[in-house]
Amino acid sequence: MSATRELMFDHGQPSYSEVNHDVIKALTTTTWRYWVTLGISAGTALLFFIAPWIYQIIVGVGAAGMNRNAMWGTYLSNFIFWIGLSHSGTLLSAVLHITQSDWRKSIYRSAEAMTLFSLMTAAMFVMVHVGRVWFVHWTFPVPNPMELWPNFRSPLMFDVMAIVTYLTASSVFIYMGSLPDFAAVRDRSTGLRKRIYTIMCFGWRGTAHEWHTLSWAYTFFAVLVIPLAVSVHSIVSWDFAMSTVPGLHQTIFAPYFVCGAIYSGTAGIVTVMWMLRRFMGFGRYIGQLHIDNLSKLLLVLSLIWTYINISEMFTGWYSGTSFEYEAILFRIKDGPYAWLYWEMIAFCALVPLALFSKRIRTNWNVMLVISILINIGMLTERFIIVASSLPRKFLPDAFGVYFPSLVEISITVGSFAIFTTLFLLFVKIFPAVSIYEVKETLNPLRKKEAHS
Amino acid sequence: MSKITDKLREYRTAGYYTEFDYHWTMAIDLDSCTGCEACVVACQAENNLPIVGEKLMRQGREMKWLRIERYWEGEYPDARLNFIPMLCQQCDEAPCEIACPVFATYHNQDGLNAQVYNRCIGTRTCAVYCPYEVRFFNWFTYTWDEPLEQQLNPDVTVREKGVMEKCTFCVQRINRAKDLARDEGRRVADGEMQPACAQSCPTDAIVFGDRNDPESAVSRKLKDPRAYKVLEELNTHPSVVYLKNAREPLPGHDEGEHHGEESGGHAGSPVMWSEESSEAVA
Repeated sequence: MSATRELMFDHGQPSYSEVNHDVIKALTTTTWRYWVTLGISAGTALLFFIAPWIYQIIVGVGAAGMNRNAMWGTYLSNFIFWIGLSHSGTLLSAVLHITQSDWRKSIYRSAEAMTLFSLMTAAMFVMVHVGRVWFVHWTFPVPNPMELWPNFRSPLMFDVMAIVTYLTASSVFIYMGSLPDFAAVRDRSTGLRKRIYTIMCFGWRGTAHEWHTLSWAYTFFAVLVIPLAVSVHSIVSWDFAMSTVPGLHQTIFAPYFVCGAIYSGTAGIVTVMWMLRRFMGFGRYIGQLHIDNLSKLLLVLSLIWTYINISEMFTGWYSGTSFEYEAILFRIKDGPYAWLYWEMIAFCALVPLALFSKRIRTNWNVMLVISILINIGMLTERFIIVASSLPRKFLPDAFGVYFPSLVEISITVGSFAIFTTLFLLFVKIFPAVSIYEVKETLNPLRKKEAHS
Repeated sequence: MSKITDKLREYRTAGYYTEFDYHWTMAIDLDSCTGCEACVVACQAENNLPIVGEKLMRQGREMKWLRIERYWEGEYPDARLNFIPMLCQQCDEAPCEIACPVFATYHNQDGLNAQVYNRCIGTRTCAVYCPYEVRFFNWFTYTWDEPLEQQLNPDVTVREKGVMEKCTFCVQRINRAKDLARDEGRRVADGEMQPACAQSCPTDAIVFGDRNDPESAVSRKLKDPRAYKVLEELNTHPSVVYLKNAREPLPGHDEGEHHGEESGGHAGSPVMWSEESSEAVA
């Protein structure tokens, strides 16, 4: 255990006050570079996401490239991508908490924030996707005199329930885990900031009773969140699997989507960690051990993902029905998006094989490139599933093609800006590295030094 | 409490109804169909379908609740064209009905697959789940040029953007006939009402009626050995029945190669044999 602790900090262990100082400094000291980045990303979100969306609301969903044959398009595939990206944060944090893996403690806060913000981005895509967004509240079971309820047999209804539950649970989880840190910020700040954090920390004083309650509640939520995270993407996959469309109507979809979600989420965490090290100065807390462990996880997930892909192909071939087999052939060989399929295989199945080498696993810059490639591959995967299956269902007379329109591409780009904006706001409000849990991992010897 | 348990039981029944007051059914005789598309035009006029124009047509956004699908068989000069009028099959086990999160599409007491425009929020899931591709989405709010809006049917809603729509079996005509029959204290007689497509068919290829009445014209058609349903293997229980095209096989085609055409009964969908026969030529 102590060997692990040594590995956690690349440049020697910090003292207690250094941890407080480093993390809170990231909240209080803001350079002009931060404001410029925030301005650019908020502007991009406004220009590329909000503006085209308003245009689309005014003219109708026809502004997107969908047609009768392909009623779903990039909006839905992006929705699934963002839900997938949300998967690692809370899930990883909860699983590692229960298995008592100490190395999680410096990365889990930002990973959970990623969950929260990608879920919000995904929810935005639901709004963008539907034809009449002004009636979207009808999907909630709001009591009404007509006794009109949502359709509980609909997989979309399950979706709404699952996402709202997951969003609520993840928000409570991250907020509860941050309470002692809000108190630490309160103690170290003055003026308006002190008053805000006084309210945010719910009067945390750090008594033994409070710590006991917190750790009990935190473990309770960790146990609660794990089945939730697995269920959310299973349910999202049922949007597809419960249809009769060849290429979508597959029993493997639930594990396929969950595995793909954790895969892309873990890659997303690697990207975010790189950013935090580079721009927020957390290099001292996020080190070789973290990137090595995350990369091992990526490697295992990529192998599972590849296996599921092969089995999907095999099922299509083995089924012997012309519909299923042709859907597979169209996806990998005959369709306009066959090249995207092979790009996806290259990025998500072949490139991660490099992670067998420890030198690559522990190289932050190489890992940044690999993690971004994986997420490009996963974004493509979701697009291929939608765009190569829907235009070719059963009746050859109704076969068509689907290409995204400019509005769709712009909104896709804008969604990344929305995520970035939310994350930039987060690092200035929440302590992005958990102060109290990093302290728990400090070597006891150093504790004495810190006190003296 | 018992009310809730009753409702739960209702939920478990697919489509809520196991028996229908009327069970509206359509039989289409492919042997009589000449592919003239009079039904398509009649449907367009009756149901206030917008004319989307050339640009949207090319984008694949035409609005035709009823379309004539064409399948070529054989290679020139031994080629032949097969027509299948394709419209909403009003499935009793409809894949679209489970899809809608807000109950905008549901099964009504006449066995019809009803679409409630006011309730639709436009998730388009029903259209994705529909294997027949007969659901149409209002990508824009369509308008009618000057005097043309005068010809809109007052019995049918004009739909706005963001709403899904599809063939209703001319539910406005069905309801009028039912109202009249109820006022006179009787059931709707066979042939008393017809949807616009059946009314306009010059060869009487489309027969419409109540399947619950064993004496109706459509019930007699159902007993025809040529009768089959499209994509029946998906277990959708469609209410549209097609009578197979019983023509001589093309010269140079083995009967075994397109067994679907010759063996009679439920030998699979015409789509499947049209694919197989084109493969055989190639």
